[in-house]
Amino acid sequence: MTPSAPAVPRGTLRRGFGVLWVAVREEPRVFAVSAAGSALFGLTTIAQAYVFGAVTERVIVPAVEQGRVDHAALAVAFLAIVGVATLKVVGILARRLGAGIMQYRLQAAYRRRVTRRYLQLPLSWHQQHPTGQLLSNAGSDVEATWYPIAPFPFAVGVVFMLVVSLGLLLGTDPVLALVGSVVFPAIAWLTVVYSRRMSPLMTRAQHLRAEVSGIAHESFDGALVVKTLGREASETERFGDKALELRDVMTDVGRVRGLYDPLMESLPTLGVLVVLWVGTSRVGSGALDAGELVRVAYLFTLLAFPVRALGWVLNELPRSVVGWDRVQRVLRAEGDQRHGEVRLPATSSPTALHVAGVSFRYGGHDVLSGVAFTVDPGRTVAVVGSTGAGKSTLASLLVRLLDPVTGAVTYDDVDVRELAPGAVADVAALVPQTTFLFDDTVRSNVTLGADLPDEEVWAALRLAQADGFVAALHAGLDTVVGERGTTLSGGQRQRLALARALVRRPRLLVLDDATSSVDPRVEQRILAGLREAVHDDGRPSTVVVVAHRRATIALADEVVVVERGRVVDRGSHEQLLQRSAAYADLVKAYERAEAERAALAAGSEVGA
Amino acid sequence: MTAVPVPVGETERGSFATLLHGLRLTPEFRAGLGRTLLLAVGATAGRVVVPVAVQQTIDHGLVGDEPDLPLVRWAVAAATAAVLVTALANYLMNVRLYRTTENGLAALRTRAFRRVHDLSLLHQSAERRGSLVSRVTGDVDQVSTFMQWGGLLILVSAAQLLLASLLMLVWSWQLTLVVYACFLPLLFAVRAFQRRLHTAYRAVRERVGDMLGAIAESVVGASVIRAYGVQDRTARRIDAAVAGTQRAQTRAQTIAAATFSTGELTAAVATGAVVVVGVVMGAGGDITVGQLVGFLFLVTLFVQPVQLATEVLNEAQNAVAGLRRVLAVLDTPTDVADPADGVDLPPGPLAVRFDGVSFAYPRGPEVLHDVMLEIAPRSRVAVVGETGSGKTTLAKLLTRLMDPTRGTVLLSGQPLPSVSFASLRQRVVMVPQDGFLFDTTVGENVRFGGPGATDDDLVLAFTELGLADWLDQLPQGLATPVGERGEALSVGERQLVAVARAYVADPDLLVLDEATSAVDPATEVRLQRALDSLTRGRTTVAIAHRLSTAEAADEVLVVDAGRVVQRGPHADLLRDRDGVYARLHASWLAQSR
Repeated sequence: MTPSAPAVPRGTLRRGFGVLWVAVREEPRVFAVSAAGSALFGLTTIAQAYVFGAVTERVIVPAVEQGRVDHAALAVAFLAIVGVATLKVVGILARRLGAGIMQYRLQAAYRRRVTRRYLQLPLSWHQQHPTGQLLSNAGSDVEATWYPIAPFPFAVGVVFMLVVSLGLLLGTDPVLALVGSVVFPAIAWLTVVYSRRMSPLMTRAQHLRAEVSGIAHESFDGALVVKTLGREASETERFGDKALELRDVMTDVGRVRGLYDPLMESLPTLGVLVVLWVGTSRVGSGALDAGELVRVAYLFTLLAFPVRALGWVLNELPRSVVGWDRVQRVLRAEGDQRHGEVRLPATSSPTALHVAGVSFRYGGHDVLSGVAFTVDPGRTVAVVGSTGAGKSTLASLLVRLLDPVTGAVTYDDVDVRELAPGAVADVAALVPQTTFLFDDTVRSNVTLGADLPDEEVWAALRLAQADGFVAALHAGLDTVVGERGTTLSGGQRQRLALARALVRRPRLLVLDDATSSVDPRVEQRILAGLREAVHDDGRPSTVVVVAHRRATIALADEVVVVERGRVVDRGSHEQLLQRSAAYADLVKAYERAEAERAALAAGSEVGA
Repeated sequence: MTAVPVPVGETERGSFATLLHGLRLTPEFRAGLGRTLLLAVGATAGRVVVPVAVQQTIDHGLVGDEPDLPLVRWAVAAATAAVLVTALANYLMNVRLYRTTENGLAALRTRAFRRVHDLSLLHQSAERRGSLVSRVTGDVDQVSTFMQWGGLLILVSAAQLLLASLLMLVWSWQLTLVVYACFLPLLFAVRAFQRRLHTAYRAVRERVGDMLGAIAESVVGASVIRAYGVQDRTARRIDAAVAGTQRAQTRAQTIAAATFSTGELTAAVATGAVVVVGVVMGAGGDITVGQLVGFLFLVTLFVQPVQLATEVLNEAQNAVAGLRRVLAVLDTPTDVADPADGVDLPPGPLAVRFDGVSFAYPRGPEVLHDVMLEIAPRSRVAVVGETGSGKTTLAKLLTRLMDPTRGTVLLSGQPLPSVSFASLRQRVVMVPQDGFLFDTTVGENVRFGGPGATDDDLVLAFTELGLADWLDQLPQGLATPVGERGEALSVGERQLVAVARAYVADPDLLVLDEATSAVDPATEVRLQRALDSLTRGRTTVAIAHRLSTAEAADEVLVVDAGRVVQRGPHADLLRDRDGVYARLHASWLAQSR
């Protein structure tokens, strides 16, 4: 593989410095401490060379030549060496800790900002962005953005140190200064050239690593297919080819590194040798003394390593800019839902729901067109339709997870868009199709942090027919469920999600196929319970239920049939069965499939 | 049915033994190792050039009565030559090192990958999958990073310290003792620092995991969070996790900085001590100015190895752990192995026989008990039973995805363990419930079943299966990409492609494990008809998820609690009113009402 064209667009360095400037503006004090530490480090590094030269000239040479030890001078020399090093350590600590604190603070701040946006942006925005992308925006992209901050104060200090040392070199001996002004810029320049050649290789290697990992993931995920079709050898070949590609790129990395590493190491050494070569004759001609020569040689030795910090910063800037752009895309995303200020009176009575000519488009397709129906307080409406008819979208619109393109959803004649933030959740509860549990206790998953007594939690669990299995969990309400907790069956998860809605005593309850994994008999008990759980005015909650099961549908006061985004029929279940063959077919097809599956799955839900 | 996965073992080998074992299993690493080591020593020679040149310059050019300029010039020129040779050795060493390690790692990765596929399904539960992936990716990368950075550094540092020590001994053994007295205690401190750093880094990884988990919740649970208006609570949870990460990071950084600083201070004390002792010795005429100054330059060679030792040790620890995990995969014996001199299955439709077959998952209860079973060639058999009855286990034993704990499965009289995989996998094909697709086109996925199939063959397969309409309505036909894991298609559509894949494989024994469970009812009827024609003339065993499948089969096998409790045509089985089948059927009818 040839190192492909640099993936670094023009202006990246300038933009990279822009990102660094943002960092400085956001954390000016920590940066100041860190940069000051770095400057102190630079100055003490130079001071070390001076002390070294002075010790040679004033302590070592006289002692050896005169055969006599000046104890006071020796003590001063020792203290100077250790003292300067102590100051240098202070500089190092300030620089490194400052840089670390700055980097981690910025990371944390931007993670908070990005996740805040995730929570504010509407569901429609989330639906357009894959989960993996959002996770890496908040994770690795934020990290990449602030990665150059780690060596940044160091680099600032190094620039300072280089300027000072060149000045001092000039003061010491112009010829040696000339050597220095060639060697150090050359190291810095080499570092830049190195990173220019290295970064496309590293990007490519990173890419290939992801591909290697992708193949492994896919192949192991599909192990059953690979095995049953006897394709292990061809899969190994596919993986092996990628692994070899990665090897080739890494071998190229080795070649580039092999070329630059020795160069970077030899340059200062060669510089020192030139200093010695030239310096000896300069000392001979009296332009320089031995101490000064040693000092310059030592300075070259000490400066060689820090100069590379310049390269480290430049190296990371392109990745930083890419990360920054991705993070900004989230921070600048638009489309927030606007809220009004209306709060519905806090009564305990069912809501009147009105859906007025609602249309919704997604990805250029009409998902819903002119859907209209009314649900009187305390009534139950079933929404029925084949897969892809738009039922879930409708359910999301009912609780304002999405806003319609035209038309409106009203609660007690108030447009939900006029309600204050949080007011919709005070009235309505949705139980979505796919159950989501937090990595938390059963109690937290039901209350979601609301301060509710355990009796109410148990009451909700009872209503959701979940009290039995929760009581049997090893820690009851305190059992941790979710991703890393106790494993629950699909039906159990759904019943917890239902309890989460019921504990709020919603005035409007929207169930989006929310009991599909629950045993039909248990589901019947749940639905019967909902009828009996009445509000203060003696009426049960208003319920909209998206359903497949005939028994569920039969319980509804009214059925709304949705096909291709339109309401095609409505009436009671019995009426519809009599007058519409299509409706009968639909209900029966699902019912048949459902019943067969249920018969064979008996035991999985009930017994779990 | 809870299958306890068999973990891929992690042998308790010491670090050094692990390295040796790695070398033994990866001949690529050993190629030219000696020469690389030699080059590494050569590559450090340049670092002691400066102190020697400084010493020569001072002793012969600056101090004393008559500067011997030609000698100095000669010394400097020799040093320059040494530097250039060193650079060359360094270059060659880097190139060799990368080539050797990358060769070895690519081979190690690929072998481990193959081994994972050779392990039976017992090792491949979904929970273990992530860990298996990391064995051929992250774990290997960890070894590679170490070899190319930390390992190299250890090598170079050792050589550097050795050369520096030799030179110091030549100049003055007393001063050498002084330097060692200063640095030795630090070497012990390094180990302690490393342990703390290791703990701190682990804490960072854990906190980052928590944080990503909290963020993932806010993204995956977006609709619940909005529907219940709990944004503030979610934000607080995320903030706590973000702050935890920040604290852990800062702590690790503090330890690292402290270690680094300790190295710097130690170097200063060593330098000071050398000056004090050296000056006293110099006054007594025991050492020259050049040697003493050269000594001070040599001390700087100790600083970097000591400063980086903590990080290097840490990386070494990770690398050995990574290597151990990769080797554990290679050390796991293949429990269901391709026989060395396997026979081919006899031609023609296959007969099935289970001879006293029992099966238990490792550390789990027995799920099949002493199953005796014969299925005639060309017959179509449906297997029904409640979830957890053992019917899927039956299918896995039949296709030798697992071996029975007792008894034998025979195909046309051949015990399965004696049949070569090449023959077995070609003649016996299973369509699993999860119609897994690879991230490529519809056509390529079907071709996975028959690598030689032309596009026309593929289209023909869909046509024969009655799925031509479905294929036609795809935006790009066969070339339609299916997305990661096939997720651009619906679950039912994925199953259609999986059936087509099996069709192209053209097996003599077809095993369908609820292969069409997610296809919508209308399509299923059509597909069922197509499957009828596909299965004609072959032996078919279908794990049924719908009783309508059982109705259509020649024979129904009813599995209950790990035993075959009934068998016969649908109509006959119904006559036994107390039988399991009649019960299943009744429960179905009751729910259909």
